Amino acid sequence: MLATMRTMNPWREMARFEHDMDTMLSSIRNIRPAVYPALNVFSNEDDLVITSEIPGVDPEDVEISIEGDSLTIKGLRKANDLQPGEKWHLRERSTGNFTRTLRLPYRVESPRVEADYKSGVLMITLPRAQADKPRKIQVKIEK
Amino acid sequence: MEKEKTLVHEKTEMKDASVAEHTRDRKTFIPRIDISENSNELIILADISGASEKDVNISLENNVLTIEASVPEQNFEGHTLAYSEYDVGDYHRSFTLSESIDRPKITAKMKNGVLTVVLPKAEQVKPKRIPVHTA
Repeated sequence: MLATMRTMNPWREMARFEHDMDTMLSSIRNIRPAVYPALNVFSNEDDLVITSEIPGVDPEDVEISIEGDSLTIKGLRKANDLQPGEKWHLRERSTGNFTRTLRLPYRVESPRVEADYKSGVLMITLPRAQADKPRKIQVKIEK
Repeated sequence: MEKEKTLVHEKTEMKDASVAEHTRDRKTFIPRIDISENSNELIILADISGASEKDVNISLENNVLTIEASVPEQNFEGHTLAYSEYDVGDYHRSFTLSESIDRPKITAKMKNGVLTVVLPKAEQVKPKRIPVHTA
């Protein structure tokens, strides 16, 4: 009895509980895939609008390509180099190359795809290919 | 050469209701920032995608610098959101500066969703060379 009493250290139990909780929570947080950039897709019958927040990118460093029904966005977030005599206090903004490929729900008319970059937000408009649009078939009613 | 950081898109939402005033029914995020310093100034870069010059508010009160930006809602007429990986919202962040700043000389600019704030140091905090004279 005395032995069990001695091993039951409430503080240590608390610390262990806290540690377990932390491990569990961080594993939940990691479920989200580390894909960059994050995309939002808006759609209607005629086209798709894809938006992405990629602040600090030079539009010339963004490359968008379409192959079949997949869209690829490539780009670079340049790092700001320190000038002589400068030092960092905080560095949270991430830099580097990125590539993202997305399977489109339908074929698009590549020559008519437009991309626009404003205030750090990339917006790609992809018109649906005419041949791919669902055809409406009128049902004739015989009199 | 410094190792490249992995690109992550992780918008941290601000949960503290006392700081984030929810005047609008939307989320407020904590922007990611870089702070660098040289002998004359502090330079702050903040990622605030979606905001343009007119949407940004910067204030300095008792050494506390606050950056706020309201971001217009993304709206595409006749479209529905089919797939979403990120939320659009406002930005809010404040932090205490340890240096004295020459307030009238603070400048800020926006480019490609990145806010740059340059805070020149006040004269008295700049390192001064004191000449030592021979007696």
